[in-house]
Amino acid sequence: MSIEIPKDKWPGAVQTVTLGATAEQGGTRTKVVTIGGEQTLPFMHFESETPNRPVIAMEMSSSRPGGWSQVLQDTWGDVLDDPAKWAQACEQAGAELIVLMFGLTDADDNPITPDFAVQTVKAVLEATGLPLVVLGPGQVDIDNAILVPIADATKGERLVLGLCEEGNYRTIVAAAMANDHLVLGRTPMDVNLAKQLNILMTDMGLPRDRIIMDPTTGALGYGIEYGYSVMERLRLAALQGDAMTQLPLMVNPGFESWKTKESKVGEGVPDAWGDWAERGVHWETVTAVSLIEAGADVVVLRHPDSLTRVKESIDELMAAEPV
Amino acid sequence: MALSGIQIYKMLPQTNCKECGFPTCLAFSMKLAAKQVELGDCPYVTDESKQQLAESSAPPIRLITLKGKDAEVAVGNEVVLFRHEKKFVNRPGVLIRVADTDEKETITAKVEAATAYIVDYVGLDLKLDGFAVEAASGDAATFTAAVDAVRKSSNLPLILVGNDPAVIEAGLTVLDGEKPLIMGANAENWEAMADLAKKAETALGVEAGTLEELAELTEKIQGKGVEDMVLHPTGQGMSSSLALQTQIRRLALKNFRPLGYPTIAFAGSGGNPAKEATLAAHSICKYAGFVVLDTFSPELVYSVLVLRENIFTDPQKPIQVLPAIYEINDPKPDDPVLVTTNFSITYFSVANEVEGSGLPAWLVVADAEGMSVLTAWAAGKFDAESIAKAVKQFGVGDKVSKKVIVLPGHVAVLSGELEEELPDWEIRVGPREAVDLPGYMKSALT
Ligand code: B12
Ligand code: SF4
Repeated sequence: MSIEIPKDKWPGAVQTVTLGATAEQGGTRTKVVTIGGEQTLPFMHFESETPNRPVIAMEMSSSRPGGWSQVLQDTWGDVLDDPAKWAQACEQAGAELIVLMFGLTDADDNPITPDFAVQTVKAVLEATGLPLVVLGPGQVDIDNAILVPIADATKGERLVLGLCEEGNYRTIVAAAMANDHLVLGRTPMDVNLAKQLNILMTDMGLPRDRIIMDPTTGALGYGIEYGYSVMERLRLAALQGDAMTQLPLMVNPGFESWKTKESKVGEGVPDAWGDWAERGVHWETVTAVSLIEAGADVVVLRHPDSLTRVKESIDELMAAEPV
Repeated sequence: MALSGIQIYKMLPQTNCKECGFPTCLAFSMKLAAKQVELGDCPYVTDESKQQLAESSAPPIRLITLKGKDAEVAVGNEVVLFRHEKKFVNRPGVLIRVADTDEKETITAKVEAATAYIVDYVGLDLKLDGFAVEAASGDAATFTAAVDAVRKSSNLPLILVGNDPAVIEAGLTVLDGEKPLIMGANAENWEAMADLAKKAETALGVEAGTLEELAELTEKIQGKGVEDMVLHPTGQGMSSSLALQTQIRRLALKNFRPLGYPTIAFAGSGGNPAKEATLAAHSICKYAGFVVLDTFSPELVYSVLVLRENIFTDPQKPIQVLPAIYEINDPKPDDPVLVTTNFSITYFSVANEVEGSGLPAWLVVADAEGMSVLTAWAAGKFDAESIAKAVKQFGVGDKVSKKVIVLPGHVAVLSGELEEELPDWEIRVGPREAVDLPGYMKSALT
C-alpha cells in the first residue's frame, strides 16, 4: 500500500537570530548561537530541514540567589557566590548560552548600582566565551539604570537585554539599537500581547533579527498547559505568515519549575512525591521537553543534570533520519 | 470524518414522506448531521447507506478500552492535532512494564507498589493504569507464571507483550473475563495473532517501522474480524517517533481508516529513568495512546501523571473549586481568615499548606472565574469588591470573633481598597507564596 503522507507547506518561517559576536564580528565571544529559521512545526524533518537546534541556556545570578531550592544550592556549591566562577561552571556543564539575572541587591544586601552591574557583566564575559543574556531585576527604573550602562560598556557583543515589557521597552530597545545588542520581550501568555509588543519594538526601528520573545510559561503542574498552547499557537501563526509572531521563543522552565513546592521542599511532603532531588530534576526536564515539543528555541534551565538530559532529547529530536 | 447534511441527504430516499417527523429529507439530514436524531428514525434508508453512514460517524481514532479485573482504561477518540483547537479527549494510559525473566519477587514487589501508587494533585487522585508483561523468556510456562504473578498482585488492566502467539495464548489463560491488549502482530505472525485476538476477544497491538506496513497489517487483521487495534510504530529515537506519531494522527484525522487507532509508546530504555521521564513527556505531548514505563519510582510517575493531567485539561475551562468558605483543621471563631481564588491549583497550594501545618484557619475562596491570584487580579476578577462580596455572601462575619483577613502577598495593593469595603475588618497582607504561610501564621498571627 502506498500512503500519501500529509505534509504541511507553510508560507511563513521563523526569523533567524544570532546571539553573541566573535572578535571578527565586533565582540569578544568565542562562540555564537544561532536560533530560529524553522519552516515547519518542531522537528517535522520530513517536511523541511530544521536549520538550528533548540538551545539550552543556564540561568545564573549576580549574587547568591535568595530562595533557590536547597537541591540547587547543594549541586552548585560555592560558585553561587562568584558570578565569574558560576558562569564557567555553566559552560563546563554544557550550557550553550548564559542568562545572567540581576537581583535588587548585591551580596552585602546593598542596592545594586550601575557600576556593580557593569563590572559583573564584564567579569562574566571574561570568564566565559558563551553569548550572554542579561536581565534586570524587573523594576523599570532599576532595569533602565543598569541596562543602559551595560549596553554601552559592551557595545558590539550582541548581548540579549531584557526584560522588555509593554511598560518599559523603550529605553532598553534604544540602548540595544545604539550598541548592537538584542532584546528579549516578555508578555503574559497571550498571542496578541506578544504580537503587540513586537510591533511596538520594531516600530522603534529595531530589526526583527534582534528580537527574541518570551511568551511566559508555567511549570509542570502550575499552568504549563497554558504556556504550551500559547507557544503552539504562536508558532502556527508564524508559519502561517504573521510577521510579528515570527520570532524565536525563549522560555524559563528552570525558573518556573524550581519555584514549585515539588522542587523546593524536601520534608513533610507526601511519600508519593518520591526522592526530592530527582523529583526536582524531573520537574524541570519534563517541563523543558514539553515546551521544546511546543516550539521553544531556547530553554533556560537551572540544574546541570537537567541540562544533560534535555540535551540528549534535543540530540534525538534533531536526528533527521529518513522515516 | 463526519458527513455534512448535504452528503447525508444524497443517501436518503428524498421522498419527503415525513415519517421521520420532519417535513423533508433535507431537514432530517441536517438534524442527523448535527447528531440530534437517530438514523433509525427514517424507515427507508437502504442497508448500503446505513453502513456508509455508520462508518462516517465512527470516530477517526477508534476508542480502545482495556479491562482488568476491576479497572479499565480507555484511549482514542481524539479529534484534533493541537489541544487549543478542542481539548484532547482521553488521557493516555500510563503502564509499567515487567519482564517474565525478572525474579518473581521483583515482579510482585514492583506491581504491588505501582498498583498502590496514588498521588493527590489539586484534589485529583492520580494513579497508574496497568502493566505490560513482556514474554522475554520466549517460554510459555515462564510467561504464564509471570502473568499470574502480576495478576495476583494487581487488578489493573494488562498488556501481554511478545511475538510468539503460543506464548501469549498461554499467558491469556490466567486472565478470565478481562480484555487485555496483546502485542504484537507483525508481518510474520499477524495471522496467528489475529486469530488469537479474535478468539480471546482482546485488543491487538500491531507493530511495524513504516506507515505502509502498519496500514497493510491493520487491513489484513481487520479482514480477519479483529476491530480493536493499537498501533506500535517502531521507529528508533524521538525524532522518528515524533514523525510517525504525527503522521498517524494526521492521517487518522483525515479519516484514513487503516491508521485510525490509538498508538502505544515504550518509554523505558534499559533502566534509565532519567531518559524515561523525557521520553514519556514527549509521548504524552505528541499523541501516544498508551505510554509504557520500565521504571516505577514515585518521583518519575508523579511528574508523568501530572503532565498527562495538564496536557489533557480542557483549554476552555480551568480546573476550579467551588467558591465557598472552607474550614481547615477545625477552625474556631478566633482563628484567622485567609482569602484566595477558586483556581484549583491556587486553592490546593494554599489549603494543603495550611492543612499540613495543623494550624486552623477559615479559607475564603472568592469566585475569580477559576483564575490564579495574579491572573485574576490582572483580569479584574479578584479585587476588593469581589473579596468583600465573598466575605459577605459566605457569612464570614458571623463565624468569627476576630475580624482579621489575610490577603495573598501578591495582591498587597488591594489592602487599602479592601479596608474601605470592609470597614470593621483588619486587613493583613500575607506572604507571597503559600509555602511560607505556616511560618507566617505561627509568627504573625498568633
Ligand atoms: C497561567 C497564567 C495565565 C493563564 C490563566 C491560568 C488561570 N486559570 O489562572 C492565562 C493564560 C489564561 C492567563 C491570562 C492572563 N494573564 Co496570566 N499568568 C499565568 C502564569 C504563567 C501562572 C499563574 C499561575 O497559575 N500560578 C500558580 C498559582 C498557584 O499561583 P497563585 O494563584 O498566585 O497562588 C500562589 C500565591 O499567590 C499564594 N497564594 C494564593 N492564595 C493565597 C492566599 C493567601 C492568604 C496567601 C498568604 C498566599 C496565597 O500561594 C500560591 C502558591 O504559592 C503567571 C506568571 C507566572 N509564571 O506566575 C501569569 C500572570 C499571572 N498573568 C498575568 C497577566 C497580566 C494575564 C492577563 C491579564 C494577560 C492577558 N493575556 O491578557 C490575562 C488575564 C486573564 C483574562 N483576561 O482572561 C501577569 C500578571 C501581572 C501582574 N503582576 O499583574 C502574570 C504575573 C504574568 C506576568 N509576569 O506578566 N494567565
Ligand atoms: S422518513 Fe426518511 S424518507 Fe421520509 S422524510 Fe424522513 S428522511 Fe425522508
